[in-house]
Amino acid sequence: MNELLTIRNLTVKFYTYDGVVQALDNLDLDIKQKETFGLVGETGCGKTLTALSILRLISPPGRIESGSIYFNADSGDKPIDLLAIGEEEIRAIRGSKISMIFQEPSSALNPVYTIGDQVSEVILLHRRQELVNKAIEAINASLARRNSFVNTLANPIRLAERSLYQKIAQNPHSLWPRIVGRIPLVRRLLQRLKNEAKKMAISMLKEVEIPDSERVARQYPHQLSGGMEQRAVIAMALACSPRFLIADEPTTSLDVTIQDQILELLRRLKSERESSVLYITHDLGVAAQICDRIGVMYAGSLCEIARVDDLYANPLHPYTKALLAAVPKPGEEPHAIGGIVPDPLNLPSGCRFHPRCSRAIGICREHIPPMHELAPEHFIACHNYQGETGGSSC
Amino acid sequence: MTSLRYMLYQLRKNPLSIIGIVIILTFIIIAIFAPIIAPPPEGHIDPYMIPRYGYSPIPKPPSEGHIFGTTEGQYDVFYGVIWGTRSAFRVGLIVIGTVLAIGIVLGSIAGYFGGVIDEIIMRITDIFLAFPILILAMAITVALGPSLDNVIIALIIASWPAYARLIRGDILAVREEDYVEAARGMGGSHLRIITRHILPNSIYPTLVMASLDIGAVVITAAALSFLGLGAPVGYVDWGQMISWSRNWIVGPPGNPLAYWYTVTIPGLFILFFVLGWNLLGDAFRDILDPRLSRK
Repeated sequence: MNELLTIRNLTVKFYTYDGVVQALDNLDLDIKQKETFGLVGETGCGKTLTALSILRLISPPGRIESGSIYFNADSGDKPIDLLAIGEEEIRAIRGSKISMIFQEPSSALNPVYTIGDQVSEVILLHRRQELVNKAIEAINASLARRNSFVNTLANPIRLAERSLYQKIAQNPHSLWPRIVGRIPLVRRLLQRLKNEAKKMAISMLKEVEIPDSERVARQYPHQLSGGMEQRAVIAMALACSPRFLIADEPTTSLDVTIQDQILELLRRLKSERESSVLYITHDLGVAAQICDRIGVMYAGSLCEIARVDDLYANPLHPYTKALLAAVPKPGEEPHAIGGIVPDPLNLPSGCRFHPRCSRAIGICREHIPPMHELAPEHFIACHNYQGETGGSSC
Repeated sequence: MTSLRYMLYQLRKNPLSIIGIVIILTFIIIAIFAPIIAPPPEGHIDPYMIPRYGYSPIPKPPSEGHIFGTTEGQYDVFYGVIWGTRSAFRVGLIVIGTVLAIGIVLGSIAGYFGGVIDEIIMRITDIFLAFPILILAMAITVALGPSLDNVIIALIIASWPAYARLIRGDILAVREEDYVEAARGMGGSHLRIITRHILPNSIYPTLVMASLDIGAVVITAAALSFLGLGAPVGYVDWGQMISWSRNWIVGPPGNPLAYWYTVTIPGLFILFFVLGWNLLGDAFRDILDPRLSRK
């Protein structure tokens, strides 16, 4: 199977005091292995919501109404439906197999912990097994070279430590180590886990090209610049080598030079880890730079999906065309899209774009256009192209 | 190590907090060394009962044997205020410790989960908050019977809702922060998110209020004792000592300050105790809150 993630009929509604908001409407989306998929659209069109739905992070009054999200973690296994599994299982996936980079790095980091603590928290959560094995190895090594008097004295402690770690290795949720971890002083026995996690966190910070990473690991978020913070956030997201990375406008709050560095970093890490990326942005330039395929969203549904070169060279949907025309170019007046974004409480009937569309026809007012493949790998939801397949028009 | 140095730096910057720490340390030393500072007289059975030297209702001024004099009923003022420090700590720390525990647990649950649970817990606090603390504590003490332990229970029942509310409010604000969402996105459990990500960012106002309230609790306990609802007669308790001096605040005509020591000395102990905790509360805020340390 080629798809990593398959979203079918995803509908998300918000039950507010003013009424029910249909935030996502029957969304279908496929993300392939090792590709970068860009999701573009105006503010409030549901890009972030799509991402949060994948991780099941939508909180009340929002609710995932229907649909399924199949995630194909290992290509051998049967894909799992993220919307059908239990809370424990989704928690094990979050951060380890699917992780997310948030838009504002300064607020995505907890102000009261050092960078090193925050990166190692993810490692402690999801890579416990590895840490335990490393700790046992280290203990065995120090047990092997017993010759001095001090070592003989410390041996009973080391043995106690080792039995503790072995218990965790057998069953990561076993009760005894968890109790020990809560008792002051005695929990020093589990310190090795933390130390190993710290080491891994520092090497992770090195990997996201943070200079002097040992010092940075001891610093608090407010002591770093925006670019460094975003690198730390990326380090957190990639600490467990996720199969699927969601990047929610990771460069919006950064200036262009830093933005370029971050994009380059993301591209390198993505290809090294062979993971897929869902890149959410409203910056069409950035999307062109990093994405393989792009989906254009409008008012809670997708209107066009195409390969990136195809989309920019040959946009078909009237909204995509308008969006591209609205990008400011030197020496040219940008063309604003007429009208305003529809009120989500009171969406227009039929195609959501028809009140602002220059090519609206009668049927647009009544029926929602279905998504169909107009050209190879070029999907579009517009009545103007209904019935046409294969060859391109206009 | 850097954090310790930072703490000391913060303290040096704010001399008032040093005064607070000195006052509270002094009280702690007094409480610990009470048997040495004011040894119970020979044959005195319960050291927590103030020894009395006669039965005359008229207070006697400070003298060689009783350096702060004796109050109504010939109770030794010096012995009373020194040992009373222990009662003050006992009331203050037990009440605030318990109230903090209840407040943090219920407030976190209400604030984090919201919805129906929040509604239930908050309506219960509303019921308690509808009564003035002193009146509610009085009613409970009367119902349970006057004793210091019952005063403690009454004060706990009367003051936990304020803490639950305060914590809940701060948690509501922090819960919406991106890093909490990010922590959920990293696969943290509810317990982990509350204890590791939300509480450390929202607990400081509550800790400051708690340290300010230790003084306030001691005052309320003293007020209950003053009204005759607190400790048994003769128990080492500042409030009760002031209640004994009720009739001796103003002396005989021509010498209004004749019995000043009966009310001033226990009053000063209460004053400094409360002042110390207040100053310490400010110091706590400066030291503990990492968000203030971004310099």
